[in-house]
Amino acid sequence: MKLLRMTPGKGDVLLAEGDPAVAEDEERLVSEFRRQLDLGMWAAVPHEGPGGSREATMVRDFSEVPADAERVIFFPQAAGG
Amino acid sequence: MRRRYVRNTARDRRAERRARELLRSTAGDEALETYERFGLMSVEREEYGYLIYPHRPLVAYDAVSGELLSEYCVRFRDGSDPEVGERLPDADDVLAKWMALRADERELIRTANVHPLGRQLDPAMVRRDLAALRTWQRRHEEVHA
Repeated sequence: MKLLRMTPGKGDVLLAEGDPAVAEDEERLVSEFRRQLDLGMWAAVPHEGPGGSREATMVRDFSEVPADAERVIFFPQAAGG
Repeated sequence: MRRRYVRNTARDRRAERRARELLRSTAGDEALETYERFGLMSVEREEYGYLIYPHRPLVAYDAVSGELLSEYCVRFRDGSDPEVGERLPDADDVLAKWMALRADERELIRTANVHPLGRQLDPAMVRRDLAALRTWQRRHEEVHA
């Protein structure tokens, strides 16, 4: 699993990577996940929907991330423009 | 000394290339092709849809008649590094809107400021974009049927 964050001037950057089934990796992933939410980021998990359509699900806690998710994408919280 | 934004075209071009790859791997090849042809993405429900422009409002439209409905102004700003500015690359901005609409449309629309058409985008341009997009999508579907 990769934790990626969209950033100005760079595009996405890799924040953390690991296998959530491995305790040490999971600890690192959870810690980075929480840090990003504390910084005000939103987190989305891209996945395939019915019929192969592309979908995304917002997650607010690492426990909501499916174990087989390949990526979690962080991006700044939306604000009214 | 306080750091401030410095424009860097080469850096921004690299960031946009990277953002387009993330868009392709997340939303798919067709979504990237739509973005590269028309400079926008779209999300369509049964009765209505949205055109997603980079760093511009979402534009809602009636999916049956094609009538434009409202502008939804929403921004994703990141001020963590003043030297590179607050704006995500264009392709990241549209992908962020696309993911938020796909995942939690109600929350995104609740956050947005709603304005009548024409506040930020020329309605004639949006109508042309929507017509061109729909024509291209129909042809694309015929070819891949």
